[in-house]
Amino acid sequence: MARMVWRRFLYHKPAVVSLAALAVLLLAAILAPLLSPHGPNQIDLDRQLALPSWEHPLGTDHLGRDLLARLLYGGRVSLLIGLLAMAFATSFGTLVGALAGYYGGWVDSLLMRLTDVFLCFPGLFVLIILSLALRQLPIPALRGTALASILAIALVIALLAWMTVAKLVRASFLSLRHQDFVEAARAAGVTNARIIWRHILPNAISPVIIASTFRVATAIITESGLSYLGFGVQPPTPTWGNMLKNAQEHMLQTGTNGPWAAILPGLMIFVTVVAINFVGDGLRDALDPHKGQGANPPTQSN
Amino acid sequence: MTRYLIRRSLQAVPALLLVSLCVFLMIELGPMDPLAMYEDNPNVSPEDLLRLEERLGLGQPVHIRYGKWLLNLLRGDWGTSNVTWRPAILEITDRLPNTLYLMTASLVATLALAIPLGIVSALKQYSALDYVATAFALMWRSIPIFWFGLLLIIVFHATLKNPFTGNPLFPGAGMYDIRDKGMPGYNAILDYAHHLALPLTMLTLHSAARYMRFMRSSMLEVIHQDYVRTARAKGLSERWVIYRHALKNAAIPLTTIIALDLPMLFGGALYTETMFSWPGMGRLFLQSAERVDYAVLMAIVMINAALIIFFQLAADVAYAYLDPRIRFS
Repeated sequence: MARMVWRRFLYHKPAVVSLAALAVLLLAAILAPLLSPHGPNQIDLDRQLALPSWEHPLGTDHLGRDLLARLLYGGRVSLLIGLLAMAFATSFGTLVGALAGYYGGWVDSLLMRLTDVFLCFPGLFVLIILSLALRQLPIPALRGTALASILAIALVIALLAWMTVAKLVRASFLSLRHQDFVEAARAAGVTNARIIWRHILPNAISPVIIASTFRVATAIITESGLSYLGFGVQPPTPTWGNMLKNAQEHMLQTGTNGPWAAILPGLMIFVTVVAINFVGDGLRDALDPHKGQGANPPTQSN
Repeated sequence: MTRYLIRRSLQAVPALLLVSLCVFLMIELGPMDPLAMYEDNPNVSPEDLLRLEERLGLGQPVHIRYGKWLLNLLRGDWGTSNVTWRPAILEITDRLPNTLYLMTASLVATLALAIPLGIVSALKQYSALDYVATAFALMWRSIPIFWFGLLLIIVFHATLKNPFTGNPLFPGAGMYDIRDKGMPGYNAILDYAHHLALPLTMLTLHSAARYMRFMRSSMLEVIHQDYVRTARAKGLSERWVIYRHALKNAAIPLTTIIALDLPMLFGGALYTETMFSWPGMGRLFLQSAERVDYAVLMAIVMINAALIIFFQLAADVAYAYLDPRIRFS
């Protein structure tokens, strides 16, 4: 099965190129300390908005911090938040959808009402209020660290992103729960938890994988958007979003590195998101599920 | 149908209550104090602060305050802004026209661009135009809108200059020119259009890409249906087949998407308004969030949520009306 999917994935050329590009981006983010001689928060007030040079290959920002270092470290944060938000949203959505679809009845009505309530939250507005509320996770060990802020933002994004997955999983469970193989497992005395986890879920997972892939891209855009508005990861921790915010005030200073400091972080977001969306397309074609809800990337806010 | 509408409307009430409770608690959880902005002001004495606190009811427990907010709302009172001390609803009605102006212009431009493009690229599938249009749609699926806005400003405001005056080619902020307004020779229509150009481009390309993709795939689906082949077989002109038989059916799913997008006319565009200092709802929301202006935040979120629920229902009804195959259960 896996081999067949992989072979079909290889037919989708943009997806293959994108997967390679993502691997490079991920590697660069992981190896950031080795690739960059400067720290991301190393301030050099004598070299503000400096144009590219041997010492600073991409120039510096308005505080004289090395732009390459900040792009690499920012990539760590942005990719990490994208993956974490996806993981949170997918696990919670799968749990809700599986319980609702498997048990039906009042469990289903209750959980689906909950999902509907979340679907009528005005997305970006509530994200901003939530990010104020959860700026720091109440975990004493992490207090004041960048990780606390990263986890908080990932959680905030996930809280408003699990509903699509829940609906997808519920629909699959509804159609699978009375199939013969499930009845057989039940007759053999298999527990409900094991039927959900081992018998039904593997048959319902394809649309979830596709939706989750697109979800990573949306989460990265949402994170950069929140950080751009000043409600995301707090400085000095670099993310592609708050680098854009910082650069905006200086981007009109032509003749300096100002415009590039505003262009490059966005280019990184764009390349990453394009690549993830193409991988999503490739997976969709390879797994060939029923086209429908969740088969396309969710829309961005404006 | 009537029973379905009544049931759905009744379901909206607990949903809205839950939304309001959640959002109220979220604002409550936030670390910031609505009175923080007064604490550093030497003209505000500690007694004044206490009086303000009492007037806002900040000393009371959260469930009492939520109850009061809800009761006031049932009487039609959205509360008072704790920044300007005006009724919250006035803050909103002040900004709403600016947002309506921007968002309506963008919706009209989006439809004017996306529908013809989607139709043509479906009818001429795999033509050069189809490839260009599809590539555009795929790119804008992934382009962060706030970055595209920055690029627009860098190119059309900072780099390109008007060859006659030497000013930036397009203004990068605001709705009109404050200095020129009311001066002799001032042309309001031109000035407003000039200021609208960049934010409109930013919003329109973004949503046109999505609508175009949608129109294209729904048109492609329809033109391979049997009834379209039948219409052709009857000898109808190609024009008649496309516009009377295919387009009418392909447009049905599009109405749903448009209906679901309509709440944005009220909510505005957070990124676009921030980037171009547009005095609309999006900016009002951000300013209220920064200053923890409870009443305004709650009003914006709740009106938005109500509109979302209303237009979800409207989309369903429109779909059933346009497509007689759909029946409510």
